[in-house]
Amino acid sequence: MAKIIIHHNQIQNLEAAKDLCPFGAIEEIDGKLEINAGCKMCKICVKKGPKGAFEFVEDQVRTINKEEWQGVVVYVDHVEGEIHPVTYELIGKAREMADKIKHPVYALFMGAGIAEQAKELLHYGVDEVFVYDEEALRDFRIEPYAAVFEDFINLKKPSIALVGGTTVGRSIAPRVAARFKTGLTADCTILDVQDNTDLDQIRPAFGGNIMAHIYTPHHRPQFATVRYKIFTALERSDIEKGVVTRCEIAQEKLASKIRVLEIKQKEKVQTIEDAEVIVVAGRAIQKQEDLKMIEELADILGGQVACTRPLIEAGWIDARKQVGLSGRTVKPKLIITCGVSGAIQFVAGMNNSDCIIAINRDEKANIFQAAHYGIIGDIYEIVPTLIKKIKSGEMSMIDLKSAENE
Amino acid sequence: MEITVCIKQVPGTSEVEVDEKTGVLKRDGIDSKMNPYDLYAIETAVQLKEAHGAHITAISMGPPQAAEVIKEAFMMGVDEGALLTDRKFAGSDVLATSYTLAQGVKKTGNPDLVICGKMTTDGDTAQVGPEMAEFLGIPHIANVLRILEVGEKSIIVEMDMPSTIEVAEIAFPCLITVEKGIFQPRLPSFKLKMATKDKKITFYSLQDFDDTDEKNYGLNGSPTQVKRIFPPEGNLDHEIWGGSNAELSEQLFGKLKELKFV
Repeated sequence: MAKIIIHHNQIQNLEAAKDLCPFGAIEEIDGKLEINAGCKMCKICVKKGPKGAFEFVEDQVRTINKEEWQGVVVYVDHVEGEIHPVTYELIGKAREMADKIKHPVYALFMGAGIAEQAKELLHYGVDEVFVYDEEALRDFRIEPYAAVFEDFINLKKPSIALVGGTTVGRSIAPRVAARFKTGLTADCTILDVQDNTDLDQIRPAFGGNIMAHIYTPHHRPQFATVRYKIFTALERSDIEKGVVTRCEIAQEKLASKIRVLEIKQKEKVQTIEDAEVIVVAGRAIQKQEDLKMIEELADILGGQVACTRPLIEAGWIDARKQVGLSGRTVKPKLIITCGVSGAIQFVAGMNNSDCIIAINRDEKANIFQAAHYGIIGDIYEIVPTLIKKIKSGEMSMIDLKSAENE
Repeated sequence: MEITVCIKQVPGTSEVEVDEKTGVLKRDGIDSKMNPYDLYAIETAVQLKEAHGAHITAISMGPPQAAEVIKEAFMMGVDEGALLTDRKFAGSDVLATSYTLAQGVKKTGNPDLVICGKMTTDGDTAQVGPEMAEFLGIPHIANVLRILEVGEKSIIVEMDMPSTIEVAEIAFPCLITVEKGIFQPRLPSFKLKMATKDKKITFYSLQDFDDTDEKNYGLNGSPTQVKRIFPPEGNLDHEIWGGSNAELSEQLFGKLKELKFV
């Protein structure tokens, strides 16, 4: 059992030692420190505490033969054969990592009547596409989809499995990871691979302003989910490279207790993921009416309005407009944040944008770390003035044009 | 119908910061609250109870003080509560957490329906529900938008898909994770608060479970490990502008023109 042992004689100041733990897991009981169930094994007490006071002990490390696990597989996210673009982004990342460790890149494509679409994947850097084309896989149902994923893993033994952070991906990845009793890291924002094939998984953690570097040292496959718009897809090549392999699976493995009754098309709404310009309203917005100026700025820039979590909680904006890990990930050409403090869960949802401009009164706001242009000022002054300037700028252009015409 | 709802106590604020010099997390009090997404799970269970009759158990995993969220669940209409607490659960990742919760669910009976919130605000992973369903050996549907029908042996739900909505019938026993907005969560009732103030919460530790092998819990049962935590790297290539608001507006206008956005 891995645990943290406290050497009480090394601790002079109980209060200071208690405060080491960010999770309040070091407790004082009858004048002695103890570690309670709140411990996250972050080992901060070991690193930052008095020398020798906190010791991390681990026994019986399980070992596996990592050589047996070869390949990086990408789960092909699709609806009725229409491939979700996150798939191509993941293939791009898989290619980059696989080249480093000289592994093949696989795509796992399951559904019904998808053989034609499978070829499209060969334009994006996949070595082999594994196709399970079965009527039972027409609609997404967890048991048959998980059974196919399991079958594929047993067949190819991939070292790494990448799955898009869509509603389908977030349903199937954990199910299969649990089946193989292996690790799964959700919503990674950075991925890299070590020479020994260990996957470096970096993501914002503990809901706060912290990044965690997570790895899976003794288990394979290593599962990670990544959201849409985090990585960049490779350019589509004109030539098909690689092969498509048809796979068979026993019908009884595709049994399900779920019956799909109907598929409804969602009404096509303009999503913030597709916007080229986004203006974000943050906590500094004092009342709902004040959103009008944000909307106006977005309008004249030809963009969309988005917001941070507090505004969703206040019920001022549609939840689909939320940027961040608990909302959507965006990568527009321009994003202007207005009165956003920049909690990491927000920043993780937008810091791949091409140009980030942040306006905030507080010069210490975290958002300035992420911004290309940080403006220390009041949105209630700057935004209306900017709107006026842009409008009058346009006006003068129009005036100029009409003058030319005359 | 037997329903089990899984809930979690999370930090009251997401403003956790890292001291750049020492690398130690700064903690502003130990303020905590119920994971807001779990309120929708509880509300869903209570709505089902009111419409069709059900017995609801809430379970949580965490330190002893996490019993607070179970008390809150009582005030919303949950009938029973269990807390899974043991130092040996410390350091659990998604897999170990799901496994522990699944053991807890088995301990509290075999429910027809397990309901989880969509995700937690401190982990933001949305993966514990599906992993738990795997360990319980039951089907699941994640991201349920609406419950359309409740039958004797199954329920019909709407599942949120990337570009469609799937209407599906799922047989009991099963697990669902519900979206925010499935129902409006009620406020805790004062009447229920009074009526349940002495209600017992059952505490389970590792030795109470069917599987008492320490290797499957806590850090030992967690395939993923945290190598290090660090403050996010900022954008190195950045400019910070100060000045009067009028100057700043002018400068911003100039920049937007230069970048050809206006």
